[in-house]
Amino acid sequence: MCGAPAQTPTIPTGIDLTKETVIYGVVSKGDAAVPAAYVRLLDSTGEFTAEVVTSATGDFRFFAAPGEWTLSVMHKDGNGRREVSAPEPGLVEASIVLN
Amino acid sequence: MSRADVLVSADWAEENLNTDGVVFVEVDEDTSAYDGGHIAGAVKLDWKTELQDQVRRDFVNKEQFEALLSAKGIGNDDTVVLYGGNNNWFAAYAYWYFKLYGHDSVKLLDGGRKKWELDGRELSKDSVSRPATSYTAKDQDLSIRAFRDEVVAAIGTQNLVDVRSPDEFSGKLLAPAHLPQEQSQRGGHIPTALNVPWSKAANEDGTFKSDDDLRKLYIDEAGLDTGKDTIAYCRIGERSSHTWFALHELLGEPNVKNYDGSWTEYGSLVGVPIELGA
Repeated sequence: MCGAPAQTPTIPTGIDLTKETVIYGVVSKGDAAVPAAYVRLLDSTGEFTAEVVTSATGDFRFFAAPGEWTLSVMHKDGNGRREVSAPEPGLVEASIVLN
Repeated sequence: MSRADVLVSADWAEENLNTDGVVFVEVDEDTSAYDGGHIAGAVKLDWKTELQDQVRRDFVNKEQFEALLSAKGIGNDDTVVLYGGNNNWFAAYAYWYFKLYGHDSVKLLDGGRKKWELDGRELSKDSVSRPATSYTAKDQDLSIRAFRDEVVAAIGTQNLVDVRSPDEFSGKLLAPAHLPQEQSQRGGHIPTALNVPWSKAANEDGTFKSDDDLRKLYIDEAGLDTGKDTIAYCRIGERSSHTWFALHELLGEPNVKNYDGSWTEYGSLVGVPIELGA
């Protein structure tokens, strides 16, 4: 499996990217994508907003809103965390490498 | 009722996978999760196609619920152990639903699928079939289910607990952020509702916080008035089932209802009051 981040996320049909703020990326460790990792989206105060599980290719995706966010990842093989700034609607890539 | 009557640990579950009279049931939002691997012997319940009427916006009726559980091989005397993804949101919803139809022995697997996976416990892809039963449900216990008129009447008189994220409560988001945000209804919350996100009741691995921590959260910090009845709501009633479980089943608060119509209904009603902001 290739560990390179997906260039574009899989978006359901009918999604208007001038209105939706999509934060997406790949969770990886070393060169490998990590499936079944738990990715949390936290708001600017650190409060839980949503959680998804990465796909077989390590991909995750959130529909957020413009603002400052934090991603926090849990997996049995490691954890990760990063901040994400989404100034306006559209696609925001935010891949994460587990420690 | 104590915590041990309503919650089981992953260790207990692993030790009881083959115990007679114990049926594991997985309930997910992403109903394909079960097919990718489930607890050995667990049957699958699809909250959308099996627990919702497919024409009217409502639950399946008593006869449909009886037929469903009979076909799944769940008997009236079985102990049903529910678990699922999303930190047990839909498993908690199913728990509340089983209680609504009067099932006697239901428990939640603490931490659900998430803790099970984080612990590296085994999942199976084997198909599961159980011999059919002849299940008998009771009439819905409406002491735990709230409808819209009671919710409007509860404004300013009962505890209303909005368990969505702060950004949904304020109106910034219209759905939990793993779902697209464009929705038909308005954003905001029911006036006088407290905002206690469901996630505050759970640890990061999806297990419930201790009774002491829960009491502190709802009563000391959020200001829930234990002298009043309580209605919990979210967007579609699944996260508020999680909070209903914490308040009613873990803390033993007597009069707690889940408003399953939740924000998708309330935010579409004509003429009801809505508040924006934190």
